[in-house]
Amino acid sequence: MRRSLKYIRNFLNPYQSGTQAPYHTWWQKFHLDGPLLAALSTLLLLGLCILYSASGANWEVILRQLARIGLGFGFLFIFAQIPPIKYQQWIPWIFSAGLLLLIAVLFIGHTGKGAQRWLNLGLFRFQPSELMKLAVPMMVAAYLAEKPFPPRPIFLLFAGLLIILPALLIAKQPDLGTAILIVTAGLSALFLAGVSWRLIWGLSGLIAVSLPMLWYVMHDYQKQRVLNFLDPERDPLGSGYHIIQSKIAIGSGGIFGKGWLHGTQTHLQFLPEHSTDFIFAVFTEEFGLIGALTLLLVLLVLVGRSFYISSCAQDSFTRLLAGSLAFTFFVSFFVNIGMVTGVLPVVGLPLPLISYGGTAIVATMASFGILMSIHTHRKLLST
Amino acid sequence: MWGVTLKNHLKEVRLFNRRTLAFIILITVLTTALVVRLFFLQIENHELYTALSEKNQFDLVPLPPIRGLIYDRNGVLLAKNIPTFSLEIFPAKEADIKQTIFELQKIINISDSDIQQFYKQMSQYRRYESIPLKFKLSEIERAKFSVDQFRFPGAIIKARLIREYPMGANFSEVVGYVGRMSDYDYEKIDRSEYAATNFIGKVGIERSFEAHLHGKVGYQQVETDASGRVVRILKRTPPVSGNDLYLTIDSRLQKKAKALLKDYRGAFVAIQPQTGEVLALVTNPSYDPNAFVQGISQKQYQELQTSADQPLYNRALQGIYPLASTVKPFIAVEGLQSKVITAQYEISDPGWFQLPNSSHLYHDWQRGHGVVNIYKAIMVSCDTFFYNLAAKLGIEQISKSLNRFGFGKVTGIDLPGERSGVVPTPEWKIRTQHAPWYLGDTVVAGIGQGYLSGTPLQMAMATAALANRGELLKPIIIHQYQRPDQQVIKSNPVLVSKINAAPPVWDVILNAMYAVAAKPKGTAYRVFGEVDYLVAAKTGTAQVVRTKYDKEGNKMALPRHLQNHSLFIAFAPINKPEVALAVVVENESAAAAIARRFLDFYFKEKKRKHKEERS
Repeated sequence: MRRSLKYIRNFLNPYQSGTQAPYHTWWQKFHLDGPLLAALSTLLLLGLCILYSASGANWEVILRQLARIGLGFGFLFIFAQIPPIKYQQWIPWIFSAGLLLLIAVLFIGHTGKGAQRWLNLGLFRFQPSELMKLAVPMMVAAYLAEKPFPPRPIFLLFAGLLIILPALLIAKQPDLGTAILIVTAGLSALFLAGVSWRLIWGLSGLIAVSLPMLWYVMHDYQKQRVLNFLDPERDPLGSGYHIIQSKIAIGSGGIFGKGWLHGTQTHLQFLPEHSTDFIFAVFTEEFGLIGALTLLLVLLVLVGRSFYISSCAQDSFTRLLAGSLAFTFFVSFFVNIGMVTGVLPVVGLPLPLISYGGTAIVATMASFGILMSIHTHRKLLST
Repeated sequence: MWGVTLKNHLKEVRLFNRRTLAFIILITVLTTALVVRLFFLQIENHELYTALSEKNQFDLVPLPPIRGLIYDRNGVLLAKNIPTFSLEIFPAKEADIKQTIFELQKIINISDSDIQQFYKQMSQYRRYESIPLKFKLSEIERAKFSVDQFRFPGAIIKARLIREYPMGANFSEVVGYVGRMSDYDYEKIDRSEYAATNFIGKVGIERSFEAHLHGKVGYQQVETDASGRVVRILKRTPPVSGNDLYLTIDSRLQKKAKALLKDYRGAFVAIQPQTGEVLALVTNPSYDPNAFVQGISQKQYQELQTSADQPLYNRALQGIYPLASTVKPFIAVEGLQSKVITAQYEISDPGWFQLPNSSHLYHDWQRGHGVVNIYKAIMVSCDTFFYNLAAKLGIEQISKSLNRFGFGKVTGIDLPGERSGVVPTPEWKIRTQHAPWYLGDTVVAGIGQGYLSGTPLQMAMATAALANRGELLKPIIIHQYQRPDQQVIKSNPVLVSKINAAPPVWDVILNAMYAVAAKPKGTAYRVFGEVDYLVAAKTGTAQVVRTKYDKEGNKMALPRHLQNHSLFIAFAPINKPEVALAVVVENESAAAAIARRFLDFYFKEKKRKHKEERS
């Protein structure tokens, strides 16, 4: 096992293995990470390319997305400078503030697309749920880091509460997709902290049993999505339309795709939400299987490098946080592609770093900033 | 303490690494699943999805053919297509149609009847098609809508060709009208042929010549976007326009007849005897067919339907009237031809007729005509003579001869809704009235009363048969039609039956009919007197109710709607007949006068035309 980890380590870190001298290169002086930056930039570039096509060569859309990416890099840079110990100290306050904001959103939030998700902060609108995507795994990691390993059931229960509370508030907005991601982030931290397999299987069994009960608390549109996921032909012009058109776009792309700017499904407006949630369909329609595999490869590089960072981390807080962020990033990618290709229900999650709009892109880049901070603030000597 | 922490730390790292490996395995499995899924969609089912994608973007759009035009025999336009703009809604694209209409009403004046009509059509409409909300938008209304169009994703302005009838109510009884297709229409038609059509002939020529007028639907293969907007046209099979129809009707005569009937309820039919072509066919009152094209409101329609004057009912084809005295020349032909009587046969008329062994008196309309032969009987319309003749002929022979003149069966004119009237027989009476035939029924049939009845069109065709000396033709309403390739197809006369009577028989009858209008004792002399054309005619007065007498034996006055109908048949000129006509005026005695003024107009026009042609 250790050998295989070492193999991955070597693959993902071409500079050195084992001990590492910080400030090895110029960007490490700014607490940045070369491989992550390279993979991120590749992904963002691919995203801009496909957004240009999906938006119908709309430069205004591109400029706005560029502005967000710029903001994202700003956050990434700032978050990378903050040493992990600070996060660990501040997180209870940040988490509490986030919870309060979520409650505030329920009362004074702005409504968009049938959901209350936004807080208007004058200059820009802000989704507190995006903040929680970072705050929840950080809170859980910070909480568990202070407890002995493996955590005792009573601590696990409290940690579970830290996850469930914001998740419920977000699900109530309603934003099922983000709620799922937050639960994933929190649970992955718990999993990495070493929750016993017995408990994991027990809980999984419990969830499987309680799933039918979930049916009764779901919104009508969520039930529709599940039903349409099970049988898209049920309402081909209504809510099943998304999935059918998306599958047509991907399938008709073939191996090499229809070519950049030549996706008929997109340019003739058959594919809904083609700049946001369904942008992966546009990408695969125009760039084919080759493009999709390239995208997945870049994703795997990002995820792999992130796990490498987590395995290099020197204390439990940063380890748990890095591992959880890496896994959550993968899950958000997977859920979106799964939904667009019709293997998962449509839950309304954007493709990270590629979909147009929202604070999601800023939050995701900020999470990579945290990862870089973790990696570059290590002590000189490591075990 | 330090050792414990260190030991825990190592254990913790090992645990963490194991868990990380579990995640990496999970990620590998999930990523593999995605790759398999992509492989399945993009390689395994690539062809299927390519086909679906093409089906998405390529749409087969039906193109409406241009409906054939309708002209009169001289090329005067009776039905045309005018381009209009209509405001339409795609029901599939509007979530709340009621709200949309409410919002549209704020910028464009939409009447309640438009909305009513819209909902009515929505229930019977094809799904992905726009439904007209308001026709004939003005330029201002179009401009107003364009400004606010972004608010109405499911509303569009569409250019449509709409049927218009420039002659309005003058031709509704012949041309009819088109209307929106009903559920009933949908069941009858070939749906693909009507894929782009909204209107179908409902009444008149528009209905009976639907197959000619409609044309052939065209198609174009287009590339569309998801909202159905056409991006590019790929292939086009143009539609083929319908045939243009030239009616036998002469619009000047039609208009004249309509004007003459203006103040009456009644019908007028004029025929060209040699060909059977219908020159004019009028019912009054009638209606403006243009109102039906755009969708008539419920209220308007109810008014038309419940009006005591029954404007929707085509009296010329559907009005069943007692033939009254106009039947006399036809029975006279049978009497002479069958040699039951001769031209010299005379009776002495006391003013009534009595059957042997019966005390019932059948009154003449006058108190006795003295000595009467068949010539005089027709001229003065002697009832007694024809009571007697009918009794001699018997009902079987009378009905057979009247059948030969076309009574009792439809003429077969190419207009929908024609009725046949009744030529009674004993079997007919038992079957429909459940009563035996009495000799008295035969006697009153001799003067065209009782069960005997017919339509104005039948009367006109029978009159034309008299003019032709026995040749009964089928009425023809289409003079010719012109196909889109300019090929012209003309109609030919159709002989229905031939009444074989000797020339002297015709001489006697036509002479007598000449006397009706030309001799001082003739029943139409007062109206016709000295006209400069030779006209053969016969008057008729149909009782609506039996005449009632007061105690002194004087006829009692009746309310207007129970007063007698006046009938008139005529043809002219006698030596070379050009026009035969039948007039029925309900509850008024204006029929003869209308015929006179029509014939005056006819011959004046003819002279004018001659002059024009010469100069």
